[in-house]
Order: sequence, then structure tokens, then C-alpha cells
Amino acid sequence: MKRTRFAVILAAAALILGACGDAGEDDKDPVDTEVDSNAAAQFEDGTRMKEIAESGKVKIGVKYDQPGLGFKAAGDDAPTGFDVEMAKIVAAKLGIKAGDIQWVETISDNREPFLEKGTVDFVFASYSITDDRRKVVGQAGPYFLTGQQLLVKKGSGIKSVEDIKGKDVCSVTGSTSLANAEAKGAKVRGFETYSQCRDQVLDGAIDSMTTDGSILLGYAALNPDELEVVGEPFSEERIGMGYAKDKPELCQFLTDTVQEAMDSGDWAKAFEATLGKSGAETPEPPAMDPCA
Amino acid sequence: MQVLIDNFDRLLEAFLTTFRLFLVAGGLSLVFGTILAGMRVGPIDVLSKAAAFYVTVFRNTPLLVLLLLVVFGFPKLDINLGYFWMNILALTMYTSTFVCEALRSGVNSIPLGQAEAARSVGLGFTQTMQNVVLPQAFRAVVPPLASVLIALTKNTSLCSVFGMAEATALMKGLLNDNTSQLWWIFGGIALGYIVIVELISTVAGLLERHWRIA
Repeated sequence: MKRTRFAVILAAAALILGACGDAGEDDKDPVDTEVDSNAAAQFEDGTRMKEIAESGKVKIGVKYDQPGLGFKAAGDDAPTGFDVEMAKIVAAKLGIKAGDIQWVETISDNREPFLEKGTVDFVFASYSITDDRRKVVGQAGPYFLTGQQLLVKKGSGIKSVEDIKGKDVCSVTGSTSLANAEAKGAKVRGFETYSQCRDQVLDGAIDSMTTDGSILLGYAALNPDELEVVGEPFSEERIGMGYAKDKPELCQFLTDTVQEAMDSGDWAKAFEATLGKSGAETPEPPAMDPCA
Repeated sequence: MQVLIDNFDRLLEAFLTTFRLFLVAGGLSLVFGTILAGMRVGPIDVLSKAAAFYVTVFRNTPLLVLLLLVVFGFPKLDINLGYFWMNILALTMYTSTFVCEALRSGVNSIPLGQAEAARSVGLGFTQTMQNVVLPQAFRAVVPPLASVLIALTKNTSLCSVFGMAEATALMKGLLNDNTSQLWWIFGGIALGYIVIVELISTVAGLLERHWRIA
């Protein structure tokens, strides 16, 4: 008995330290994007697009812990997910093959600093468009709409957002989702990563996890026997693409490129290969904001 | 600036949580640390060794690791204390070792002759400690104990990623929603911590004056 307990503690520690890499989809390139070999020629001199296309290198910030959106299991070469597919489409337009993209892990806190300092050229990291963020960085899109939902253990009794009053609800520390849940009367619990939060739900220490429905669907798909997503979305998040504010020409380029993918059906293909795997129906592509 | 004014009630609530973490963990650490110090300097060999072992283990474990083990490990063992008490437990396990060592240094600073004198007038170990050694030791350890408690105050910020909605957690939230006012938010939160730490320093200063040998 003692030994099992000790083993459990060790396992728990290993799990935490190992950052939980238990899921990986191995589909190579779900979307067949054509890489323009002479991409640089189509851009005007002096634009950031031209610079990137000529250098043949692009650094893109994505999340590594959101299955279905941006996820990289320990040992994988490259991340997978819908955000990642969108990033590949944009890179292809710049004449850069998926294999040549330099992926950089971003977390919610460092997306703006990374764009401001030039650590990354673009951010595709479930990056909600907000007016305040647009004061600091450029955000094009939205290329995806999602809303906050609840992930619970099956049979938890929580059916909708009305049921979380007084319950323990977790998400990533400082996220907007957590503030929304607090406003609904939940006792909010912040953790460093989504997977830690999910583990607490699995262990029964927390009643529900909340964040964008798309992220939750990814987690539910990893544990379909134990977890389920419940309730209607109770917020609307407009997921956009981040770029440096001092390169405003990128906005039109990003918007046009993604619009093309939406029109050609590549957007839908990317969805089906990633988020669609959890059984979610492919939605209509959202209308994007015009660039100022 | 606006973000701090608009969120003043949330700031207050978050710092109240920080302060509660500090107060409860600090209080328990003082009690438990004093017991540990008593065991370490006491005449019973087994207790002294046990206390020394405890200090070695928990003083040398990073607080983050203790928090990980308690907050993520306990629910896996079906031990449910609630998040506040799990955080308090980890903070106390860690901080009490520093309290113990600060007190021990205080006790060791009292010349042996004092204890011998107390013993020679017929006081036992407990009486000697209570009436002769500890009152003087406490006076000597006020500055190092204040440092330990100040460190504890700042350590509570780690709890922000272990389910506590305290000041650092709020800071992350405010940064997320008000990216353009980064420096105001950093400044405001830092100021809050400075206020709590100044409070500790002030109390320590008063105690020092109060216990000063006339």
C-alpha cells in the first residue's frame, strides 16, 4: 500500500515535470499548400513580406499545449493543430516550406513581447483579438470564432454555465476565461498550463475547466471516456493573427492569404484535419476585419 | 493608471488573499518553527536528530517542488484539503525550517552560562527555555525572522499558479486584458507587495524597540 502511494507521488511528479506529452496526431500535412518558389517577386520592395520571402526564414509563435489548435508532444519535431495549419498556409505564400518554419513556443503572457522584440514574425496562438491588444501589436483576422465553454468529468451534474456558481473552476492563471467564470460566481483556480488544469479535473479536485471551446474539444478528444464539453458558449472570442505593429503592410497580406484559403476550401480542410477530429462540425469561415 | 483605479476592488481582494496566505502560513510557521527549534536545541537526541533531518529535507527542497507535490500529488491520493490549505501546508513546511534555524541561531547566541545559572537555581529544561533563554533569543532573532517573513510574503506569489487568486494571479489577468498599460500594472502590484513588506518591517522595528535592554 505504502509503495503504491509512493509510486503515485513519483508518477505525479514525473507527469508534472514531464509536462504531460501524451497526445500526438501524426498526420504530416493535412492541407496541400503550394509553396511559391519565386514568392519574393510578388511583393513590393521594402515590405516585411519581401524581407521574409527573400531570407527564406520565418519564425512563428504557436502554443504547444492546446490539442487541436497548437500542440507539440514531447519528442515531436513540429507542432500540430489548426493554428499551425493556418501558419503553414501563410508561410507557403511567402515561399517557405512547412519544414523550414522555425516554430517558437509562446504562452499567453509572452505573445506581445515576442512580437514587439521580433522574437517571432507572426503569432498564431489562439490569440483573441481585443482593442487593447491592438494598441500594442497588430492583429489581423479573425480566422476563427470560438466561445468559452466548460469541460467536466462525465456525470458531473454540471450542465451549463449556470451550474458553476460556487464550484471550483480552473483555467490558466490570468486568462480572460477565468475572469469570466469568476463573474459567473465560480471559485476560480489558476494554473500555469491547461494540462495541469485538466489533470486536476481528472483527479476530481476541480469541478470544471473553462476556456475556449475549441481547446476543450481537443482535451475531450484525448479522454473521450472520462471528459465531456458541456453548455453553450458564454463568450465570443475572435481568434486572430499577431504581427508587429510597426509593419502594418502585413495586415493586408495576412488577411488576403487567409481569405484565399477560406475561399479555396483549404481552411475547411485544415479544420477537419485538426479540431474537426473531436467530432465538431466544420463551421462557416468568419468574416475578417478590414485592415486600417 | 486607469487600469489600477478601475480594478481597485479586485486589487484589494487579491492582496487580501496574499495577506491571508502570509498571515496563516507565517503564523503556523512561527509555531511549528519554534517547536522544531526546541527539538533541535533540546536534550533529547532522537528529537534533535529528527528536527535536523526535517530541516535538511525541507529547507533544501525548492518551494516550487513542494507546491507541486502537495497541490498536484494530494488529489491523486484522494486527500482533499482544499486549495487554500494545500498551499498553506507547502508554504509552512518550507518556511518553518527557516524559522527554526533563525531561532536556533538566537538560542546559540545566549551564553551557556545563562542556562547553567538557571539550572543551578533549580529550573528544568522547559523553564530554562521559557523564562531565561527564549525571551533573550527572541530579541536577537527579530531581524532575521522579519527577513524570513518578508521572503514568505514574496513566496506566496508562487501560489498564483496553484489555484490561488492572489495578487500575482491578478497581475497576470490584468496584463492579459490591458496589455497597453504594462508598466502601471507592474508598478501597482509591486507597490502592494512593498506595503505588506513595510508593514512587517515596521512591526519588527517596534518589537525590537519594545524588547531593547533598557
